[in-house]
Amino acid sequence: MVTLTLLQALTDGMKTAMRKDESVLVFGEDVGKRGGVFLTTEGLQEEFSKQRCFDTPLSEDGIVGAAIGMAMNGMRPVAEIQFQDFIFPAFDQIVSEAAKLRYRSGGQYTCPLVIRTPYGGGIRGGLYHSQSGEAYFCHTPGLKVVIPSTPHDAKGLLIAAIEDPDPVLFLEPKALYRSVKGEVPEEHYTVDLSTLREVQSGSDVTVFCYGAMVPIVTKAANRAEENGIKTCVVDLRTLLPLDEEGVLEFAKKTGRVVVVHEAPRFCGFGAEISALIAENAIEYMEAPIARVTGFDTPFPNTLEHHYMPDDRRVLDAIEHVFNY
Amino acid sequence: MTATLSITRQILDPAGKLCGTDPELSPEFLKELFVHMLRVRAVDERMLKLQRAGRIGFVGSMFGLEAAMIGSAAALEPQDWLWSGLREGGAALMRGLPLSEYIAQMYGNGSDTAKGRQMCNHQQHVGTHYPSWSSVIGTQIPHGVGAAYASKLRNENAVHAIYFGDGATSSNGFHSGMNFAGVWNAPAVFMCVDNGWAISVPSGHQTAGTYVSRGDAYGMEAHEVDGNDVLATFEAARLLVERARTENKPALLVIKTYRMAGHSSSDDPTRYRDQAEVDRWAAQDPLDRFETYLSSAGLLEQGGRERIYSELIAEIDDESNRQERAPKMPLRSLVDDVYADVPLHLRRQYNRFLEVSKRLGDAQPGDGAFPL
Repeated sequence: MVTLTLLQALTDGMKTAMRKDESVLVFGEDVGKRGGVFLTTEGLQEEFSKQRCFDTPLSEDGIVGAAIGMAMNGMRPVAEIQFQDFIFPAFDQIVSEAAKLRYRSGGQYTCPLVIRTPYGGGIRGGLYHSQSGEAYFCHTPGLKVVIPSTPHDAKGLLIAAIEDPDPVLFLEPKALYRSVKGEVPEEHYTVDLSTLREVQSGSDVTVFCYGAMVPIVTKAANRAEENGIKTCVVDLRTLLPLDEEGVLEFAKKTGRVVVVHEAPRFCGFGAEISALIAENAIEYMEAPIARVTGFDTPFPNTLEHHYMPDDRRVLDAIEHVFNY
Repeated sequence: MTATLSITRQILDPAGKLCGTDPELSPEFLKELFVHMLRVRAVDERMLKLQRAGRIGFVGSMFGLEAAMIGSAAALEPQDWLWSGLREGGAALMRGLPLSEYIAQMYGNGSDTAKGRQMCNHQQHVGTHYPSWSSVIGTQIPHGVGAAYASKLRNENAVHAIYFGDGATSSNGFHSGMNFAGVWNAPAVFMCVDNGWAISVPSGHQTAGTYVSRGDAYGMEAHEVDGNDVLATFEAARLLVERARTENKPALLVIKTYRMAGHSSSDDPTRYRDQAEVDRWAAQDPLDRFETYLSSAGLLEQGGRERIYSELIAEIDDESNRQERAPKMPLRSLVDDVYADVPLHLRRQYNRFLEVSKRLGDAQPGDGAFPL
């Protein structure tokens, strides 16, 4: 075990995958000599050559389109989109091509591709360096959507994504890149895609969250505990395909549910969690399901810390469903 | 970049007379090209007939494009890839896509390798490197470039021929694909089949520039060729494909031809173009032109075209009859192939649907529920 930041764990995950399988390629804007704008790919080009880790022209559509062709022709591409906010030129390639290739070809062609991209607020990035676009992609059958929140999961989920036979959108909580540290095995390991993780147990209220919201929710849960509310925190980790059984199990345990994400509320991932519980476990519910989310506005700049859920807003929701 | 290869725009004039340097191809090869071109026309005629009869849903006609697709694709080796748009199915047949699979896809039946998932005229064939393609214009262009990069990395000696129409030159995929290929020195040849029309928009309205000048913009050699002249098209493609293979130099070939039919069986071209224009192109028919040449060279006997054509038609009709009787896809295929394994939420969705289907009498044997 070594202690790594979430960012270092991602770098380690890519290196581990590249050492194991020479068909793994890493590319995108500034990922080569520069090592990426966040330095996530630092050292890769030196270790693996310019053929396996390289800069591309500045075109997200081209990056993902070419990655799909590589995947169709035997490679394991890991394409970086510099910020998730810049992914939309590639939306067509992701949604129309990568996600549908296996289905439309009857399984004759596949697309084992990973698109890594930093998402989320908290770095004073304004409208175009802060968004959480997971819901756009979770509405797309054929994609997997993964969001780690710890260094251990970051490495294990990333290696699992690279080795997965289907296209994976790997959203990295940039706010946690350097702010969380944790123990990470030095060797190769994977964390199953489509299993959630119980961050802490509690019998009164269940809070579902993912990515950069996990430490915030954990902080709120600890404050709730101080007030005598035993709060279970669940990190979803893989949004698509979702561990629906796990969600229902944790929802039924307490009968009081809060869902937290920083993306806008309307048609956000919290709506899916709420509907899933309403359809399958409403008779277990002791209180209406509460959502704590970003506003249904574009992402602001100077007021971003009011836009994003913080431990106070999460605590308020926990108390609300507990006291209902 | 200045073009360095000497490429002739035309070798056979519209009257079928040699007007350029004779490429001195073997008589066998010339006759094969002619049969492949005739097959394209025969398949086209029969598929349109099936569509008019309501047996299949949709046809993207290849009428008029026989020399453009056969001449260019004949320059490829078996290890090469053909990235397709709507109208390259005939080239795929030449390269080994079985006619049975072609027609099964038109029916979307249980023998279709794509399991009936795509609308008609979206063929594929893994064995000859003819990938599944989508109806979205231009998206296959960067795919071909990425796949070419992979081939280069593995020293496969494979060239990726990337086909698209004049309309696709306005798409994102065209520009990003051409640009990436130039920067990466990818072994890719961009086959721009300029057939005059993108549905109802004439080729001249896609750009204020020229298609061939795009090669210069992306640092690659580019040429235009008479796409109704199979010899010129073959020679140009051969030179560019070999250059891509031996030197990893991408190139653009603009194949100037004409879409004689509507965009598809759902289109009525009389709404937007003059018959006089169609007639002018009919006088340049690629098959008539090549037939005249072969006859004058003593390679095609009197009535040879009609004989070959009726044999091809008989083969296609036989296969169509067989495919018409093939079973449909099982209901369970609705949720297969979304992922490598069917995830729990899809198994649940399907099983719930199956309960209703059984009640309504839609379910067949083989549509059984998934274990949960």
